[in-house]
Amino acid sequence: MWDWNYVLDVLPQLLSALKMTVWITLCSFVVSLIVGLLLALAARSRFKPLAYVTKGIIEFIRNTPLLVQVFFLYYSLPLLMGVSIPAFYAGVIGLGLHYSTYLSEVYRSGIEAVPKGQWEAATALNYTKGQTWRIVILPQAIPPIIPVLGNYLIVMFKETPILSAITLVEMMLTAKNVVSQSFRAFEPYTLVGILFLAISYIASLLVQRLEKRMNLLRGK
Amino acid sequence: MSTTVIESGEEASRENASLRDKPGTGNTPIVRYQGVTKSFGDVQVLKGIDLEMMPGEKVAVIGPSGSGKTTMGRMLMTLEEPTEGTIELDGELLWHMRVKDRLVRADEKHLHRMRGHVGMVFQHFNLFPHMNVLRNVTEAPRKVLGLSKEEAEERAVSMLGKVGLADKLKMYPSHLSGGQKQRVAIARALVMKPKVMVFDEVTSALDPELVGEVLEVIREIAEEGEMAMMLITHEMDFAKEIADRVIFGADGRIVEQGTPEEIFENPQSERLQSFLQRFRAQGI
Amino acid sequence: MPSSWIEFLPTLLKGAEITVIVALLSAVLAIVAAFIAGLGRLSKLWIVRTVMAVYVEVFRGTSLLVQLFWLYFALPFIGIELPKMAAAVLAIGLNFGAYGSEIVRSAILAVPKGQWEAAVALNMKPWQRMWNIILPQASLRMLPPFGNQLVELIKSTSLVYFITMADLTYQAMVLRNNYISWTTEILVLLLLMYFVMATLVSVGVKLLERKLTAGRL
Repeated sequence: MWDWNYVLDVLPQLLSALKMTVWITLCSFVVSLIVGLLLALAARSRFKPLAYVTKGIIEFIRNTPLLVQVFFLYYSLPLLMGVSIPAFYAGVIGLGLHYSTYLSEVYRSGIEAVPKGQWEAATALNYTKGQTWRIVILPQAIPPIIPVLGNYLIVMFKETPILSAITLVEMMLTAKNVVSQSFRAFEPYTLVGILFLAISYIASLLVQRLEKRMNLLRGK
Repeated sequence: MSTTVIESGEEASRENASLRDKPGTGNTPIVRYQGVTKSFGDVQVLKGIDLEMMPGEKVAVIGPSGSGKTTMGRMLMTLEEPTEGTIELDGELLWHMRVKDRLVRADEKHLHRMRGHVGMVFQHFNLFPHMNVLRNVTEAPRKVLGLSKEEAEERAVSMLGKVGLADKLKMYPSHLSGGQKQRVAIARALVMKPKVMVFDEVTSALDPELVGEVLEVIREIAEEGEMAMMLITHEMDFAKEIADRVIFGADGRIVEQGTPEEIFENPQSERLQSFLQRFRAQGI
Repeated sequence: MPSSWIEFLPTLLKGAEITVIVALLSAVLAIVAAFIAGLGRLSKLWIVRTVMAVYVEVFRGTSLLVQLFWLYFALPFIGIELPKMAAAVLAIGLNFGAYGSEIVRSAILAVPKGQWEAAVALNMKPWQRMWNIILPQASLRMLPPFGNQLVELIKSTSLVYFITMADLTYQAMVLRNNYISWTTEILVLLLLMYFVMATLVSVGVKLLERKLTAGRL
């Protein structure tokens, strides 16, 4: 039932696809870190129309499936803008954008956890708005949320198989291609599952350790 | 209860044998602690408690915080298991069962049967926030005693009348004052008709102006007389007025016990003297 | 050629029906699994705790899409052939059940200890403490996170497209194949339909929450 020779045959292909999968995840994560912060700041803007529009965008992206968003980026944008987007970019932007809305919530909670007195102290020192954010608020808001951000990195890693729908060759699509040649599905799909489990389990242990270390640093 | 386990050797209560001979109560103690200790990790909070309570007796337990008073009461309610020693309730072992000649830890079935004799009122009320006042008081009689809805409500309404809350039946705990909450909690414990009731610092979490109404209710219950009461308290005047006997505990031991007069007017040990002095100085 | 996007609606609604059915069945399975695993992880028996922990780790540690593929494409090789609907509901239900078990567990642990003690003091049996005292309070705490999970679950039903189930996404992609020039209209319509479903659910859960907590907390 379980063919080890077949496994050894398939494994190298899957492992090299794993590298690609990790790369996609990291790129998407960078996108979501940056866009997430921008969304969080825009949603707090005192210019109300900007805040409302931002919140509307966040709601919309969070309440629609990543799969359909990726389809839209890959199939529809080229028609609208007249340029074709390679699958890799569509995938990275789609995954990154989708999770940037989640990360904006994480940033928000971090920012709101900074005591009000810190804003007042920054005003008292006559910092500009930009200085206040850069020097006072963000350095305090971000460290406590790093473990949560780490968890989202793991979540995003597990979402990459969805990108196979737009022919982005990550692990899932690699396994699918193998299966379509050999007609044996059990080993490849099981292996993909095991690889996901192993990596996300190890990563979540790392995040837990990070969290403990950070709690110690902050004297909790 | 039928099976009376008679322990040989009464050394447990050697010091205060005279206190147990209250007139008219020369039968089995309702509660008996023998050599009870309790450790939480490395910390021993009770270092050997021997104590007896007679049916209907009102015992006040006083002492500095951290003296293990609350732990003593919680053991009787089966919320805390003794590390060593035994507790008897109405002549029967509470935390243990005898299998042949050995004592083994009691199972849930035994604890369930024994708990029927005990009730408890908590410092923080612990009312059920998702049930209105009436339901708080009828839930256990219906589910545990198996009373019908009508019987349970009849009992509950009369008990809530007794604590002065007959007009609050449909309200939820979050809308009551602390004093009212505690009176509901007392009614909730009373409808189960326990033989012993533990009152664990029931006024400590209350605003000062609400303490009186709760003490008044307890005073009335005490006057009815049948139920034994263990009052763990910081209210010295109240202890003096209500208790048949006062126990002073410190550092996990019973340091001194006696009638309220003996304890408050003529304290023997240095510990108790300084404790009372500090208390009076604070004017509490 | 269609003259207006309106003409796509009947096909899309047919797909939406499948989406709703998959979502409902998966949600029921997810809630059942969440309670069994959440309570199981608090069990006194280590074997029960371990089995439940393994279930939760496996389903949270692998991707939903991998689970779906495994149930639908890999299982037949060991002699278990599931219909599409069964594979979809099992994968989504068990996946969200694993996440939900954490919600159940932490909501139960968040009920103050005094509530357990009061239930013991009233001589309730262990299951009565759980059923009559703890769970009703814990359920209120579970409601908001369960609402969020339900929205995620609805979104995730789009993955059944991969096993060619005729759900909303699948129908839309078939339409797109037939009318490539209408791609944008079809996909926007698709996004909007998911948005409406998800919003209805999250508003519904919020209303339910308000109704259940009225006058109590």
